[in-house]
Amino acid sequence: MIKGVALKSPLKQDAASGRGMGLHRFLVFLSLATLFLIVAGALVTSNDAGLSVPDWPTSFGSFRMPPMVGGVMYEHGHRMIAASVGLLTVILTVWVLWKEHRRWIRRLGVIALLAVIVQGAFGGITVRYFLPPPVSTLHACLAQLFFALIVSLAVFTAPSWIEARARLEEPAGFSLRSLSVGAVSTTLLQLLLGAAFRHHWFNLIPHMIGAGLVSVLAAWTIVTVFRRYGEEQYLTRPAWVAGVLLVGQLILGPSAYFLLSSSAAAPQPTGPMVEVTVAHVAVGALTLAALLVLTLRVFRVVIPQRRPVDAATLVRST
Amino acid sequence: MTKIKVVSFLIVSVLIMAMFVSGCAKKSEPSEETAAPAQKAPTAIDQATVGTITGKISYSGAKPTPKVIHMDTEPACVSSNSGPVYTQDLEVNSNNTLKDVFVSVSGGVDNYTFTVPTTPATLDQRGCTYHPHVLGVMAGQALQVLNSDNTTHNIHPIPKENPEWNTSMPPKAQPLDKKFNRPETMIPVKCNVHPWMKAYIGVVKNPFFSVTGDDGSFEIKGLPPGDYTVSAWQEKLGTQTMKVTVGPKESKTVDFSFKGE
Repeated sequence: MIKGVALKSPLKQDAASGRGMGLHRFLVFLSLATLFLIVAGALVTSNDAGLSVPDWPTSFGSFRMPPMVGGVMYEHGHRMIAASVGLLTVILTVWVLWKEHRRWIRRLGVIALLAVIVQGAFGGITVRYFLPPPVSTLHACLAQLFFALIVSLAVFTAPSWIEARARLEEPAGFSLRSLSVGAVSTTLLQLLLGAAFRHHWFNLIPHMIGAGLVSVLAAWTIVTVFRRYGEEQYLTRPAWVAGVLLVGQLILGPSAYFLLSSSAAAPQPTGPMVEVTVAHVAVGALTLAALLVLTLRVFRVVIPQRRPVDAATLVRST
Repeated sequence: MTKIKVVSFLIVSVLIMAMFVSGCAKKSEPSEETAAPAQKAPTAIDQATVGTITGKISYSGAKPTPKVIHMDTEPACVSSNSGPVYTQDLEVNSNNTLKDVFVSVSGGVDNYTFTVPTTPATLDQRGCTYHPHVLGVMAGQALQVLNSDNTTHNIHPIPKENPEWNTSMPPKAQPLDKKFNRPETMIPVKCNVHPWMKAYIGVVKNPFFSVTGDDGSFEIKGLPPGDYTVSAWQEKLGTQTMKVTVGPKESKTVDFSFKGE
């Protein structure tokens, strides 16, 4: 283990002094707002309310608030939350362009804004073209990617990322960087397969296979973190959270499918089916976020095997 | 980054957003009606020789328990019904026959051309359910959709052969006039505001169709002598077909029997 390597702060502000924390706090808030938006979107799908407002971008031909009853409550509510997240993203982009000195963070801010614009357009297309499964699936997946991007930005602007931090050498064995990237990638793929199932594009089998892959890779990553760096809370905390969420997801997934199957003959979506399915979507997003935080932190502090290390490399890597 | 760059970026972003919005907004709804096939002159049928098909749709098996529809999310729906409302997907009459079975002549009339009725078929949204639950129309016949409720519905047929449309109807709205130009059985219709609202529309090329009522019987009149295939469709139990030969002035009975689980 290498400790005490001084890292250059990439921010204009001095992170240690607490200045510059505003952007990080804003990003944490935006992450929570995006998760709320994902939950609202899942409620639209589970309540089969996607076309309860037949037009877009207006609602019933107007930008005024329609009566929030039945499916309209879910669909128009989703649009209102989406508009709020869009506005927050504009603020974010302006903020990073104005204040952030890391060019790649500024670029990520611009990408976030473009993503939210494209996401809005996907939402409109799904409504105007009667929920085409590929577009609805892409809409759901881009939501998860946007969430992942905002969470990443929150990590990159956190004091724990900016401040000088001890670097950890990786022992011989499977690369933790590769493992964690594999876990995050398969989780993203799994979210796509889940969305494709929900929007009647694919059947359940790919999603079930994906669940197995994610479980193996995520569990392998988490166990490796605890075995190699059990005392490094910077890594074990997100690993622990990811583990708990993964277990929860493995319970919620089959439960959601059971409730969906058992309520197939019901005249309308049943409460338990909607609640458990929406929880499954939300915990899926949180699992992705936890694994992503873990992966980013692994890249931040774990030095790859057999790679010469010098101070210049460390500075560039931030 | 300078303020000028930031302002420029914002202007470009707003323009891109406006392009997306206007691009999608300009996109008109897909044509609601496909071009009606060129109308040929109706085939002359000697009314003195036409026959009739009558029959019943019987049901065997355990009688299903109707499920109560929970309309709690919409006070206007609750108040528009005096008591509980039940599902209509498999209604067994007291004489063990089935209600809402769409019976049509699906074969044997391909060489005929028929006049499309000038009176529209009507589908009403009343008490937050569709009336009737199963409806038959001829291809090209006007369909008039009503909203008798004090709440907004969206009427959304999901056809495979005809263009899909989804139209909102505010309380007591003017009747909505639509039509389906291509034969298609059956087209599901739903309201996404009230997910329990479901109906089915059978669109056929000839006037020989009927929907069973409270006694489970049907009658199809005016058939020229010939060999026909008669189909009976039930929402949950599927489709059955039978062959029948109708002679001049003859009345034939065709009974179907559906078995429940």
